[in-house]
Amino acid sequence: MEKKNLTIHLKIWRQENSKAKGRFESYTVKDVNPDMSFLEMLDILNDDLILKDQVPVEFDNDCREGICGMCGIVINGTAHGPRSGTTTCELRMREFSDGDTIVVEPWRARAFPVLKDLVVDRSAFDRIMAKGGFITVRTGSAPEARSILVPKEKADEAMDMAACIGCGACVAACPNASAALFVGAKISHLALLPQGRPEAKRRAEMMIAQMDEELFGACSNHGECEAVCPKEISISSIARMRREFLKAVP
Amino acid sequence: MTLNSKIPSGPLKDKWDLHRFQMRVVNPANKRKYTVIVVGTGLAGASAAASLAELGYKVKNFCIQDSPRRAHSIGAQGGINAAKNYPNDGDSIWRLFYDTIKGGDYRAREANVYRLAQVSNDIIDQCVAQGVPFAREYGGLFANRSFGGALVSRTFYARGQTGQQLLLGAYSALMRQVGAGTVELYPRHEMVDVVLIDGKARGIITRDIVSGEYQSHLADAVILATGGYGTAYFLSTLAVNSNASAIWRAHKKGALFANPCYVQIHPTCIPRSGDYQSKLTLMSESLRNDGRVWVPKKQGDKRPAAEIPEEERDYYLERKYPTFGNMVPRDVASRNAKDVCDEGRGVGDTGLAVYLDFAEAIGRLGRHTIEERYGNLFEMYKLITDEDAYQVPMRIYPAVHYTMGGLWVDYNLMSTIPGLHVLGEANFSDHGANRLGASALMQGLSDGYFVIPYTIGDYLAGAELKAATAEDDAFKEALSQAQEKDKKLLSIKGSKTVKEYHRDLGDLLWNYVGMGRTEEGLKKALEEIPKLREEFWQNVHVAGSEDSMNKNLEFAGRVADYMELGELMAYDALQRRESCGGHFREESQTPEGEALRDDENFSYVAAWEFNGLDKEWTMHKEPLVFENVTPTQRSYK
Repeated sequence: MEKKNLTIHLKIWRQENSKAKGRFESYTVKDVNPDMSFLEMLDILNDDLILKDQVPVEFDNDCREGICGMCGIVINGTAHGPRSGTTTCELRMREFSDGDTIVVEPWRARAFPVLKDLVVDRSAFDRIMAKGGFITVRTGSAPEARSILVPKEKADEAMDMAACIGCGACVAACPNASAALFVGAKISHLALLPQGRPEAKRRAEMMIAQMDEELFGACSNHGECEAVCPKEISISSIARMRREFLKAVP
Repeated sequence: MTLNSKIPSGPLKDKWDLHRFQMRVVNPANKRKYTVIVVGTGLAGASAAASLAELGYKVKNFCIQDSPRRAHSIGAQGGINAAKNYPNDGDSIWRLFYDTIKGGDYRAREANVYRLAQVSNDIIDQCVAQGVPFAREYGGLFANRSFGGALVSRTFYARGQTGQQLLLGAYSALMRQVGAGTVELYPRHEMVDVVLIDGKARGIITRDIVSGEYQSHLADAVILATGGYGTAYFLSTLAVNSNASAIWRAHKKGALFANPCYVQIHPTCIPRSGDYQSKLTLMSESLRNDGRVWVPKKQGDKRPAAEIPEEERDYYLERKYPTFGNMVPRDVASRNAKDVCDEGRGVGDTGLAVYLDFAEAIGRLGRHTIEERYGNLFEMYKLITDEDAYQVPMRIYPAVHYTMGGLWVDYNLMSTIPGLHVLGEANFSDHGANRLGASALMQGLSDGYFVIPYTIGDYLAGAELKAATAEDDAFKEALSQAQEKDKKLLSIKGSKTVKEYHRDLGDLLWNYVGMGRTEEGLKKALEEIPKLREEFWQNVHVAGSEDSMNKNLEFAGRVADYMELGELMAYDALQRRESCGGHFREESQTPEGEALRDDENFSYVAAWEFNGLDKEWTMHKEPLVFENVTPTQRSYK
């Protein structure tokens, strides 16, 4: 069966830098192969702009297979676009129809300032991680690996939580721009493992304090984060974060 | 220049121990007086930065991504090897060493590979303590699997995301040091040059990707952990920002480049489907544990897979290699896929694909087990191809995946520029002419956690560095050269985009320096690449300006480098008139069509010295000496 190529209209957020005022601009991309990825469609738009000596649209992306967490675009109002459980780079144009107009925006959150066009600054996540998103183990000081037993169920659950790619879609989707899913996932990953227990309290306290400092909003259980999470991390992680926090505060 | 590999004397199994004792140690109180620059935050870079900071060094760590957690080590799927022998199936440090050196087709150093096998067990301990959620059995101990051409189950894995989990472990160790103030982190910074003072690496020039500002950074030693150069081929399984610019610019400053023709072409990738494609997606080769590779026996058989009866299928790997079957090493699997497609037996619209079929495994183990083992890979396949691999066989084809070549380093991981150390895929050291599956993660972490923390101390303790500042002439000069190059790229305003040139170069490399190489093809590449390079500098169109975020300009600089590196890859492939590992010279094969090495004439590392683009590279040979294993013709029959 021959697949028909699409004509796609785009309304893309353009903003020169973090201080400039942004605006939407309209573009049309023709001959879009439905097997193409969304970002490959933007590549074609950019090559077209470049040859017209216009400034191409900046967007973050790297691995283009859904694992690095670098990409992140709000597509028609949904972080990472219409398909659940996928990143922007995994999205294929077969999800759209010929003649569609697609609205393309950056993550919008106070803690993620726009740097240019669709690129935002997510360094707040790194600063939260630096406060406690780790197990303190100096290189070389680890015990023999099999001296630490981890029941399969716990290991699997920890892996579910550790699958977070730090893309920030949870923040972009949350009406409060809360980072609770991101922080909850890391706290849960480490709290579920015996190796992570010794500093579980300190970790919860420190990471949550930094999350507040970065001006992420509070979680009010909307569940939008879980709905857009490309790794389908459960909001049970947020419940676990709260339990760990309650244990931590004296 | 004579290459001194600095391999310690003594019996193989004692070399690293003796060396650690003989190396100089920097007094703990003095460590904080030394600044070490680490470029890259993948497994090698992040583990090195964290470990050096723990020891007390001042570390500056740079990456091009917005966060160190995104380096492309994250893409590794299948697993990491270690000689733990938990499954009691006969593994040992010696066997891991032997398999790795044999898998590399006897083109790696014995001492390096043995050390790698030795520290493999420490790596697992370290990662587990960090909270890496390796797969476990119900009893709480590890689930291990066999992987990519190994007859023992020595691979540790975390679903299909082992690279991600190991990287997040290293990243967490790094972020702990960032929090402690011992590592200064520079995300969204691209290294554009390395700076030498008195012939020693003393710093780097960077461009701030957000502001476009060029900066000078002074240090006492520089570590490059910037990955491989597979993106020279345009289409590869690498991240689109992965690039060779850091190592290439170091090469032009005097670091020899070793074995650039050794490129690994991975057998299990989703086939190419159109010109718009920006990258190829790898399907972990762990799939070969349960999937069976086949093509129709008849040429041009276009029936759907389900309509081709069993007796008309050719399970060619099982047929040709009864011992290893579908598990033959990557180079062997890739070349065989190319051969059957060249015979006109390829499948899919393009005829450039073979089947990887799970029907038998699903019948034997049940769909649930297959889902548990490979669920995320099957999902990824569906997302890209719109096909359900539980119902129809996957289509796969080889793609560029890893580069075994890289900057030449000695046993201490130092390049030919004193003070410039190179770790992970960026160096050439451990995989010879072909890397085994699940060994890249092992090498990156071995270099970063357990080798460089010792060897850099030995260098610094004896380096006698002269006082310098980031305002010295060497920095100013390198900075202004980098600026001028970018200005030049922006001023050309020609009629083709950077991507078009990149794709043209990629096609040349894939066709002539790909899976099958011939004297004629390589000579053709050596004519075409310089022509293309010249045209690029006359006719490329780069948009935007240098004083703001400009991905187009970043890519232009990288493609300009590939245009030079590509030539060296072809040049190296031409001189190596033997087949070994991933380097298959069609003139040199056994009667059965297997790679035929020529140990008498080519048992050496080819390390190339840059003399300017208008002159030929000079080759320096490091002979490979095998005292503990006897190079044999690899056989996976």
